[in-house]
Amino acid sequence: MSVPSTATEIAAAVSSGSVSASDVVESHLAAIDARESEIHAFNTVTADQARATAADIDARVAAGESVGPLAGVPVALKDNMCTNGIATTCSSKILEGWEPPYDATVVERLREAGAVIVGKTNLDEFAMGSSTENSAFGPSRNPLDTSKVPGGSSGGSAAAVAAGFAPLSIGSDTGGSIRQPAALCGVVGMKPTYGAVSRYGLIAFASSLDQIGPFAKNVTDAATMFEVIAGHDPRDSTSIPEPAADVHTKLNAGVEGLRVGVITELMGEGQLQGFEPEVIAQTRAAADALAAAGATVGEVSVPSVIYGLSAYYQIAPAEASSNLARYDGVRYGHRAPGGANTAAMMKASRTAGFGAEVKRRIMLGTYALSAGYYDAFYGKAQRVRTLIIDELAAAYQNFDVLLSPTSPCVAFPIGAVSDPLTMYLNDTCTIPSNLAGHPAISVPFGTGAGDLPVGVQILAPLQGEAVMFQAAAALEAAAPGGQS
Amino acid sequence: MTTTETKTPISPVSSTMLDAWTTESDVEREPSNLPDGWEMVIGLEVHAELATDTKMFSPAKNHFGGEPNTNVHPVCLGLPGTLPVVNEKAVELSIKLGLALNCTVQRCIFARKNYFYPDMPKDYQISQYDLPLNAEGWLEVPSGHRVRVERAHMEEDTGKSTHVGESGRIHDAGYSLVDYNRAGVPLLEIVSHPDIRGPEEAKAYVGELQAILIATDVSDGKFEEGSLRVDANVSVRAAGSDELRTRCEIKNVNSLRSLGRAIQYEAQRHVDLYNAGDKPVQETRHWDEEGGRTRPGRSKEQAEDYRYFADPDLVPVDPSPEWIEEIRATIPVLPRERRIALRDAGGEAEPAAIAVERGLDGLALAAIGAGAEPGRTLTHVVNNLAVDGAESLDPAHFAELVTMETGGDLTATQAKQILGEMVESGRSPSDLAAEHGFEAMDSSELETMLDQIIAEHPDEWARFCEGEKKLQGMFTGQIMKATKGQADGKAIAQLLGKKSSS
Repeated sequence: MSVPSTATEIAAAVSSGSVSASDVVESHLAAIDARESEIHAFNTVTADQARATAADIDARVAAGESVGPLAGVPVALKDNMCTNGIATTCSSKILEGWEPPYDATVVERLREAGAVIVGKTNLDEFAMGSSTENSAFGPSRNPLDTSKVPGGSSGGSAAAVAAGFAPLSIGSDTGGSIRQPAALCGVVGMKPTYGAVSRYGLIAFASSLDQIGPFAKNVTDAATMFEVIAGHDPRDSTSIPEPAADVHTKLNAGVEGLRVGVITELMGEGQLQGFEPEVIAQTRAAADALAAAGATVGEVSVPSVIYGLSAYYQIAPAEASSNLARYDGVRYGHRAPGGANTAAMMKASRTAGFGAEVKRRIMLGTYALSAGYYDAFYGKAQRVRTLIIDELAAAYQNFDVLLSPTSPCVAFPIGAVSDPLTMYLNDTCTIPSNLAGHPAISVPFGTGAGDLPVGVQILAPLQGEAVMFQAAAALEAAAPGGQS
Repeated sequence: MTTTETKTPISPVSSTMLDAWTTESDVEREPSNLPDGWEMVIGLEVHAELATDTKMFSPAKNHFGGEPNTNVHPVCLGLPGTLPVVNEKAVELSIKLGLALNCTVQRCIFARKNYFYPDMPKDYQISQYDLPLNAEGWLEVPSGHRVRVERAHMEEDTGKSTHVGESGRIHDAGYSLVDYNRAGVPLLEIVSHPDIRGPEEAKAYVGELQAILIATDVSDGKFEEGSLRVDANVSVRAAGSDELRTRCEIKNVNSLRSLGRAIQYEAQRHVDLYNAGDKPVQETRHWDEEGGRTRPGRSKEQAEDYRYFADPDLVPVDPSPEWIEEIRATIPVLPRERRIALRDAGGEAEPAAIAVERGLDGLALAAIGAGAEPGRTLTHVVNNLAVDGAESLDPAHFAELVTMETGGDLTATQAKQILGEMVESGRSPSDLAAEHGFEAMDSSELETMLDQIIAEHPDEWARFCEGEKKLQGMFTGQIMKATKGQADGKAIAQLLGKKSSS
């Protein structure tokens, strides 16, 4: 039997013994060998460990053990998830060579579920960016068109799934860093409810916004991975105490009677500009497809989403300025030589270790928190956040899920966007879910300019993963090309 | 925001008693140790390490000593990706102290205090800022003066740097070593209002706080191990005015004695500056124990901006009223209430305070309860009893002894001697007195003895009768010698008075 392509099929085949985990790993390592030099999805490929894990799984299957829902499934991890004894860099020189002495909770859960970790994927340095061009180790490329970016910041994880290097990967999403690259690479990417997945071992960018989630080839695989990684973790104080939602039961229930609201402000007709017409057209087509499948589709206004980007670029850099203070050369990571004293050493290490975008955000955030400016910037941004939460709550009075484009545009050429503010606009549609802590998923739906994929985003209220996946599965089934 | 009213006084003392005892106007305040017309304004920030098994946010051990960097864990080392989790025991102990300081225990949040320092693993300290756990309480020092407590909030400790070089000072160190064993140890920072007026009052405040910390098992309160640390905010002003002038924060004060010296020095320095037409600058200064002076800390080009914001890794702590009450029930009777109980039983304030400080107030109260006269009881407790061994003393025997003494059956000297033997042997005072043949001399016996002494010293007696009072000592001494010290001094004085004026 040949190696299947989806996680669900692989896990079933490995568990039944019809395909060995070792064969699965070898076929994916072969795919990596074939195209990695061109794509640069990975910072580290852990081929030896992957082979050892696969052999262990095969032995357990042979011994009649039940291995888990991801038995033998290769998984790529964004290189901001700590892996015991394996370099974890955040694509930053400041952490180059650092090996964590512990595994992130998600890594533990993936291992327990039988997953085989094949490597650590490239990202915008410290997850700050929308194109993976901010990596200290060079950009990743979009497997569908290598002249284009894969999106970011989890560009390596999106590219790994799109290129067939792994059927599943893990990303982190602070302002859209899973959903936007998923859209640009034509795969499924999902950000869970804040607190649904433990952040323990995820190297923080902006703690109140960061959330770990899956990339997958299809909605079912994403749902499977979500169930594996979600659930309470006492090591994360912001972890939701209740068990994670069951998202499989209603996965194929269809959308008959489901109320779907298209967010007016995110359809390119209001104050927010820069939406590609093809993206808007596909989003409308997605809404129509859901209506055709039995959903009640309407429009809903969430006026404050137009301020989301501004609020985000106060809150996220503010938290980052504090989270990234610890990279000072004292305990680990890069230490610049020759400092006359400790303060000079710290300064020199940070100057040499951080890239331009990280420095920009640290400075923005430091300013936003400064005495005399706090209320005008950070305080005001938090009030916008509250407004968005309130308005979304009002929208969910009338709708079960909301709909918007994932990204205003399809994948753009590497090097094409040099202005940071223009780059930030990529996150316009994804940021509101981070500010509100709500789950959202990007599902590929047709193509836009250059025949590149378009992603349509389904947003759901707090802990609304079940209905979100339900709508996502229906959207996937209705998508042009008819994936299922 | 939920707040919980916690002003109820703690058993067993009734609130009426508390109020009656704590009228500020009754309180004798420390006289100003400054030149005429000036008074000190002092506020104290006390850091107490909490007596928990593990650190504030990390599973690493909270343990003093140990090889450097052995009591550490990825969380308290601030390794990338780690997250803090609040130690519930630390919250419990913090609430306990808050209640003991009559604070309002409230829903609180943790905030990050951002600044770069090598012994702080995250380059921010998790502390509390605008919403501390304990707000607005008070502490009463033994004199009866109440110092208002502004807040008592939770935070984490830093590590310790050692600068290796010629002088051991940071400026010319060849290199530095950092020990993170202390990093993340839970601290309670107790901030007073500027209600303290002198070095003695400051020492009394810290001493009382230390006694409360120890009595409640919140902290071991050891200055020498750094589990208790004090920073003093000192300024001066015209006596009796309400103004708050520029203050200096004095750090590196490592004992109560240093605290008093540092405050005195610093306040005088301010007075001298004002008198010279100058004024102090707001700054942090370090106490130099050897030099007996304060010195400016490391120079700061600009005011510190800690960029406080709510720590997004932590959720608010909102103690339930039930939990607060459970904790309140574990608070023992505190030193202040013990002093009040002794006062209420008839003791004088000063010996009562000392008895409580020595931990012998329970014995004194029991003896008084069994009928012993409070004054003599406290005199023995304060002067004639060692703390070690006193716990073996039977309060009933102790009461019997005091009663024998006040009833004239034993002299003060005899009572003291018997008390010592009671501690050693556990025997009753009547037994011991009988064995020694101690009996109170009746006054006729004493008078016969005095007549004989007068006969032997006629000149001295005449001078004594003419008013040369210093000779009273000579006659007393003679009688004591004749009775081998068994006569009662008070009875002798009475007799001498009677005889010389007749």
